[in-house]
Amino acid sequence: MTETVKNVLDVKDLSVGFSVRGRELKAIRNVSLQLHDQEILAIVGESGSGKSVLTKTFTGMLESNGSITHGTIDYEGKRLSDLKKDKEWIGIRGNEIATIFQDPMTSLDPIKTIGSQIAEVVVKHQKKSKSEAKKIAIDLMDRTGIPNAAARYNEYPFEYSGGMRQRIVIAIALACHPKVLICDEPTTALDVTIQAQILELIKELQKEYKFTTIFITHDLGVVASIADRIAVMYSGEIVEVGTCDEIFYNPRHPYTWSLLSSLPQLAARGGELYSIPGTPPSLYKDIKGDAFAPRNPYAMKIDFEEEPPMFKVSDTHYAKTWLLDPRAPKVEKPSLIQDLHKRFLAMQDNPSTLDFEMGGDAVVLK
Amino acid sequence: MSSNKDVLLSLKDLEISFGEGKDKFVAVKDVNFDIYRGETFALVGESGSGKTTIGRSILGITPTSKGDIIFNGHKINSNKLNSEEKRDVSRKIQMIFQDPQASLNERATVDYIISEGLINFHLFKNEKDRLDKVTNMIESVGLLPEHLYRYPHEFSGGQRQRIGIARALIMEPELIVADEPISALDVSIRAQVLNLLKKFQRDDNLTYLFIAHDLSVVRFISDRIAVIHNGQILELAETEELFTNPLHPYTKALLSAVPIPDPELARQKKLLVYDMSAHHYETDKPKFVEIKPGHFVWANGEEEAYYHDILQEMHKKETEQK
Repeated sequence: MTETVKNVLDVKDLSVGFSVRGRELKAIRNVSLQLHDQEILAIVGESGSGKSVLTKTFTGMLESNGSITHGTIDYEGKRLSDLKKDKEWIGIRGNEIATIFQDPMTSLDPIKTIGSQIAEVVVKHQKKSKSEAKKIAIDLMDRTGIPNAAARYNEYPFEYSGGMRQRIVIAIALACHPKVLICDEPTTALDVTIQAQILELIKELQKEYKFTTIFITHDLGVVASIADRIAVMYSGEIVEVGTCDEIFYNPRHPYTWSLLSSLPQLAARGGELYSIPGTPPSLYKDIKGDAFAPRNPYAMKIDFEEEPPMFKVSDTHYAKTWLLDPRAPKVEKPSLIQDLHKRFLAMQDNPSTLDFEMGGDAVVLK
Repeated sequence: MSSNKDVLLSLKDLEISFGEGKDKFVAVKDVNFDIYRGETFALVGESGSGKTTIGRSILGITPTSKGDIIFNGHKINSNKLNSEEKRDVSRKIQMIFQDPQASLNERATVDYIISEGLINFHLFKNEKDRLDKVTNMIESVGLLPEHLYRYPHEFSGGQRQRIGIARALIMEPELIVADEPISALDVSIRAQVLNLLKKFQRDDNLTYLFIAHDLSVVRFISDRIAVIHNGQILELAETEELFTNPLHPYTKALLSAVPIPDPELARQKKLLVYDMSAHHYETDKPKFVEIKPGHFVWANGEEEAYYHDILQEMHKKETEQK
């Protein structure tokens, strides 16, 4: 990390509420977050933890019954949290901050050709002529790894596989050269092999186009290879934030511990897989104390009474748990996730990473 | 792993095709494997590889065009089965589906969903017996008896998947085909459902055919793994053998794609991509060969020799280390 970190996006004390049948659902509670220039920030959490809602506020795409109830979002001198009408978002949504969604099957128009869907965006946002737009679109398809792009320009989405469609969705998002790219579970609907390729692609394109990425996922395993920093969310709050290494090798919040412990890669064969007991709290109710306390085997009395503040672990690492209070008893993280690196190093001791010369062998991409 | 190796299900030269004449499309071909009683056999491949098609053909939903499916010593993929035999098979082989949002009848209560099979097969003596069975079942999957009178939409994804499991298990099946039962679930819920499946296997000596695309989950749950690509089984071995000595390039590509939750290693990791066109099968035709006891791979003569060399080298290294 460089010393002079420029913040692209600055979120302060943000709360978001939805009114559902006369009741208020608090989806986001007092979240503060800085997005550094050209980093990949991963937001990790279970469904319902608010990770998608949080990023939707950055592009003004909250559902109509939702609103920002508290706090601010600043982007390059503009206060995004004050924007109300769709008109005010023009120039930011898509142009500056673009989003890629989970399901590439539903984010493309099935009755328009692939090429026209990319070109349309270029014509509209960059005011280019149609022929110029076509050139740009083909170039984008090329860069996102569509083989024989010019020939496939006139094909329809159904002729593309899931991985290829996700590449097109990425191409569309990049058509406007956005400064921030929000990837909302971009690989969850894809096969593992395709997932690995899309992750590589996002990494490569980021180096080339120099955008900043927010990567939303529920699977911690996915982000180890690509994230610079990780924010862990639980029931509408960020409970821990740190660099990728800090979160994996030195996690401090019990929820992060349980997320890491439940990774199937860590389970011993024939044994039990670690699972977090209980369910997340209802977001309709006011949460007293630490939201994770009822499911937390390390919970102390104070966890049920008072909400913990963000404790500083290092300049880049913060965690919201009373365990970090100097008065708290010293608790070690579960043995399952200690020496994570050594454990995986031992597992890697197989020949699948060797190179071969014979026919049909794998091609090494990077 | 069952020690006596009692074969429960056996697929022989299975081929499944759709359409006829020049529209004929062969989805799955040359499939040969046995599933032993009490084991978890995983079928791993990408979408479109034919893994679900195989699962469906075992259940008799998809007709097969060649080969045999032998369950408990009887061929079950023929038209000659009488209705009693058909009923017997459809009770003993049950399925758990991928998407708990789509696989439950939205307009039926949980009570009805779970007992539908019992009703169809008259598997209860009286109303009290049925209710007892359903109540026991719902408790053993970790839900409460009061949930019986609710509708599927009132449940979360993980709970719905438990209902799906209860519905399959109440039939007291011998084989369960689980088609990606956890890929629609969150990490923590995933663990709960996997543990539940394991528990039932221990208690009832159940056999699973576990269909998945994610090798990291499969490593945890299965005894043996078959890797399928384009309708062809490319490699089959016991789980640890497959992970330590993967031979086929496609298996290696699949393994390289499994995310490693360790930043340092993940950054060094090389992603391998499988190139099918690199095989030279024009003259030297490939076969499904047993290269080592229990370890099968799809290879031609040249590749077979090469794989033997690799295994020997590996073996030498291992003995040297000792």
